[in-house]
Amino acid sequence: MENNLVLRVVGKLLIPFILLFAVYVQFHGDFGPGGGFQAGVIFAAGIVFYAIIFGLDQARRIVPDRLVETMLALGVLIYAGVGVAGLFLGGNFLDYFVLDRNPVHGQHRGIFWVEVGVAITVCGVMLKIFYMFASRGQREEDA
Amino acid sequence: MSLSAHLPALQVVLPLLSAPLAVLLRHGGLAFAIVTAGAWAAFAAAIGLWLQVGEVGTISYHIGSWAPPWGIEYRVDRLASFILLLVSGTAAIVLPYSRASIEREIPRDLHYLYYAMFGLCLAGLLGITITGDAFNVFVFLEISSLSTYVLIALGRDRRALAASYRYLIMGTIGATFFVIGIGFLYLMTGTLNIVDLGERLRAVQDSRPVLVALAFITVGVSLKLALFPLHQWLPNAYTYAPSAVTAFLAATATKVSIYVLIRFWFSVFGETLIFHKLPLPQLMLGLSLAAMFAASFIAIFQDNLKRMFAYSSVGQIGYITLGLSFDSVHGLTASIVHLFNHGMAKAAIFLLIGGMVVGLAGRGAVSPVLTFDKLAGLAKRMPLTCFGIVLAGLSLIGVPGTAGFVSKWYLIVAALEQGQFWIVGAILLSSLLAVAYVWRFVEVAYFHAAPEGSGKQEAPLGLLIPAWLMVIATTWFGLDTSFTVGSALEAAQQLVRVGK
Repeated sequence: MENNLVLRVVGKLLIPFILLFAVYVQFHGDFGPGGGFQAGVIFAAGIVFYAIIFGLDQARRIVPDRLVETMLALGVLIYAGVGVAGLFLGGNFLDYFVLDRNPVHGQHRGIFWVEVGVAITVCGVMLKIFYMFASRGQREEDA
Repeated sequence: MSLSAHLPALQVVLPLLSAPLAVLLRHGGLAFAIVTAGAWAAFAAAIGLWLQVGEVGTISYHIGSWAPPWGIEYRVDRLASFILLLVSGTAAIVLPYSRASIEREIPRDLHYLYYAMFGLCLAGLLGITITGDAFNVFVFLEISSLSTYVLIALGRDRRALAASYRYLIMGTIGATFFVIGIGFLYLMTGTLNIVDLGERLRAVQDSRPVLVALAFITVGVSLKLALFPLHQWLPNAYTYAPSAVTAFLAATATKVSIYVLIRFWFSVFGETLIFHKLPLPQLMLGLSLAAMFAASFIAIFQDNLKRMFAYSSVGQIGYITLGLSFDSVHGLTASIVHLFNHGMAKAAIFLLIGGMVVGLAGRGAVSPVLTFDKLAGLAKRMPLTCFGIVLAGLSLIGVPGTAGFVSKWYLIVAALEQGQFWIVGAILLSSLLAVAYVWRFVEVAYFHAAPEGSGKQEAPLGLLIPAWLMVIATTWFGLDTSFTVGSALEAAQQLVRVGK
């Protein structure tokens, strides 16, 4: 699809907005529909879109496998880290009340970081699955 | 923060944290260190919890400080603490064993992923056991199942992939049935907390959605625990998975599923519904007997050593479910003890078989499929390995002095209590089948001549020591039953008291 001019131009125009929309869904999840899971999927979809138009190798240069695998693990660590932070601040596991002097703010802070963790892992998983499926044929050709 | 107050959370969180760390480090050795540390910490936490339950009774831990039934509660009673010990203890022994074992069985660049999956699987199994929230059980069930599918697929034999896929299909059906059942329960009661569910269900026990929920949950969990006609996924999964994985799964995965069944039958639906209004005991009795005879019989005719013991597992699960069908404290005690004892014995056997694979393969050779003709005269070449299998095999048969005897004793006591003498006969008769398949190994290993030119080639010490720890445990718990039977009896009394 690399020779398809319309797609290339539209893609280049749209992809920044797709990624931005993902960030919007992430941070607006408190007030409207959205949250970490949806944001992670939309963000990954933007990169998958890029890979379909400009080729898998190009996408892998921008978002390397190593980074994807780190994202997989990092998100879970952030999520669990919020829980452990609650422990260290004197509450129970995943206790958000103790994360700030004001318990309501504490709840806000806790859910914010948990959703960040969810978004990172979901985005990583989506990309990992896409990379693995997309590179299957290639690897067999090489071999 | 005081450590002892947060043990229920740490029990699950520490192995859970070790998994992503293993992925981040991307190094086999470091991943091994961190996941093993996680498993040992979990074992320490399980010991701590077991002691705490003895002192203060049932522990309730509120995740996120939200009180149950609104928030998620971790609940440790005697039964849960006993299962936690089995699961984390097995992991603590199998993980050090893994290091030498997977060297030959899994490509080196995948080692860190193996440890990550192991950590996740452990966290999932511990989570199922400790949580007091029905939906949370499902979440942890999926965590442990998905990582199990990956672990099985890592087996060297290409058939491992097919076995894993088959388990994936069956396991997913099981998990789906389970969550449909939970959905019906939520529909009827509006709560997910297990204790709360148990109380609220009393009022609506006879309604059709509750019966449908019971059916879905029982069938779904029975798939996961490999109850006889639903065991189809198990033999191949055990046969082709890497040795360490087989040992870990055989000792924990099906056992935790049995725990879930016990938990839902006794703590949620209650004994009146299960045992007096529905013909479930008769059904369970029939299926258990079928498992004890049919699966043990099939085991006798297997040509592959691992496969033979896999079928034996299906048969032994029959004894565990048989204890459930009695509706008595002794029957339940027998189930819980046998769940523990059989887990130990099977872990020992599969660990020793893993050592055998390594020993026979030598350096760098392809790992052989252990058919019986390759085992001729093995006792001369690997005396310790073979003797270990014989000891653990005696426990499978139920010879006095081994752990297996203790659990069968309580089964027989429970049967006599109800005056069902023919069940005693059935238990003894099916034990003879176990004699037959263990004897097949003894005959080939001890009485057949070894092939020419084979010297002594015992399995490496790194594999022998963990395996023998398990063998010693099976013998130890056959002689000193105060821990196993004591815990099981207390757990059974607790369940029956609450379940009335």
